[in-house]
Amino acid sequence: MSSVLVVVEQREGRIARINSEAIAAGRQLAAQLDLSLTAAILGVQAASLAAELAFQSLNKVICVEHPLLAQYTPDGFCLALQQLIQNERPTQVVLPHTYQVRDYAPALAARHGQVLIGDVIAIGHGPMFTRQLMQGRLNGTYHHSGPGPCFVSIQAGAFRALAPGSAAAPIETFTPAIEPAQIRTRPSEPFRASTHTVDLASAQRIVSVGRGIKAAENLPMVQDLADALGAELAASRPICDSGWLPMERQVGSSGQTVAPKLYLAVGISGAIQHLVGMKGSQCIVAINKDPDAPIFEVADYGIAGDLCDVVPALTEALNAAGR
Amino acid sequence: MKIVVAIKQVPERDSPLRIDATGKWIEVSGIQFGLNETDAYALEAALQLKEKHGGEVIVLSAAPERAGATIREALAKGADRAIHIECNDLGLRDALGVARLLAAAIQPENPDLILTGLQSEDLGLGQTGVIVAELLGLPHSTLILQVEILEGAGPQPRIKVQRELEEGWFQTVELPIPALLTIQSGGNKLRYATLMGIKRAKTKEVRRLKAGELSAATTSAVTLDQVSLPRRQKSTQMLGGTPREAAAALVDKLKLEARVL
Repeated sequence: MSSVLVVVEQREGRIARINSEAIAAGRQLAAQLDLSLTAAILGVQAASLAAELAFQSLNKVICVEHPLLAQYTPDGFCLALQQLIQNERPTQVVLPHTYQVRDYAPALAARHGQVLIGDVIAIGHGPMFTRQLMQGRLNGTYHHSGPGPCFVSIQAGAFRALAPGSAAAPIETFTPAIEPAQIRTRPSEPFRASTHTVDLASAQRIVSVGRGIKAAENLPMVQDLADALGAELAASRPICDSGWLPMERQVGSSGQTVAPKLYLAVGISGAIQHLVGMKGSQCIVAINKDPDAPIFEVADYGIAGDLCDVVPALTEALNAAGR
Repeated sequence: MKIVVAIKQVPERDSPLRIDATGKWIEVSGIQFGLNETDAYALEAALQLKEKHGGEVIVLSAAPERAGATIREALAKGADRAIHIECNDLGLRDALGVARLLAAAIQPENPDLILTGLQSEDLGLGQTGVIVAELLGLPHSTLILQVEILEGAGPQPRIKVQRELEEGWFQTVELPIPALLTIQSGGNKLRYATLMGIKRAKTKEVRRLKAGELSAATTSAVTLDQVSLPRRQKSTQMLGGTPREAAAALVDKLKLEARVL
């Protein structure tokens, strides 16, 4: 029976939530296409994680083990998964849209003459796959028509993970053939660049600033607002790329993930890379000149206007209100 | 060191979005185009490597004629020459199709390094570079902030790159060249074109290739059928009026409704 194969990613011996969401997307595809659902996990000593996966209402779990998979490399993962796909013949391959998947999945798909449909936020009948275009300002719907398997990666938070069930799926082991000479890249252990002196994660209130401030000279105005709120100042990536604020104040997929009581986004359009870092905030306020900016998708309160007018007015109103 | 930098011309970030008559893309007439941001960082990385180690920087783009302006801009910043694959049917090609065009143009150049931006700002696929590496049989690494050439590292030259991981983590990766790297923003400070650079760019070579001459297959595995404006999932309370009125209303809401002040 042909199947949907979900490739689960482990990091430091743990399975992150996005993998359960990818399994949920796989389950949706399997139901729509009447296919069985298999999950695979790669690495060394992945057996305990495979045992954990077995409770996620799957038909089968495959533990793909090889000493050369102990550390992630694109060559090792492509070789292992190519052989697994040859063995299992899935018609759909579902992956979590992580930095690791972005590094190897396009090559894996190309090796099969296919193209990954990446960062998918919804699956409709057909199946049709929806992903975001133009920095989240537009949605696009895609279909797959190639002869080989359809490769799909799933955006974090887009699908609802199920709680584990009580029945365990059978676990198989698959040992790919990989030679050391086939691994061309030599990765180091991950490291953190600097010690974080700013702990945004524990801040109760955050004022975060984006590309919309236009010039570094406008930063003090936003700092005044942060002071009036008793908030930490943070930023989206472009501000840190420009060197206007240090990297340690960056919120988003490459920076810190925060969930304060109040998150006030100033001049941030709301690309997904930023949203994943702050959408768990209790109350989100957005100030942006474009009323259709994606940040308003997640905001509780919004003011569409020129931040150079709105920010000082807000600082003044807060100060007048005794804050 | 011979470096090819693959660049893309994309709509400016603030461009108005109107869906065109086909329903498959946005209306492009009247909107401004510019160099994709991470491609600008890829070009910067290439220019800095050339300044340090010598060699040649070649910019490459598969694009309609209007991209000529963006290619000239890259030449003005310091690239030595350019290859423009003239292609008016980009929308009909998937990432593999575009990568096939780029790979076919790169192959005869035999570069030591191929750099490109991590992701385009319009389609946001983030795949083209990795697929080009796969098609050319080269090793690759993505999300790169720094590139260092390892001198005297043995018979095959090697590079060491700094790669960004999630949530503030990094790693270094060593790999043999030729190789392909996709460049993340923020690793270097971008330069502006000088007046002299702009003047010189006018005489630099731009070789034009027709997409049809590159014998790259055009069959596509995935198709973009339709674009639409996203539906708002959450009901945002928009506060109107003058900035002063909106600010006062917001302070009230934050105090009395959200209770976060």
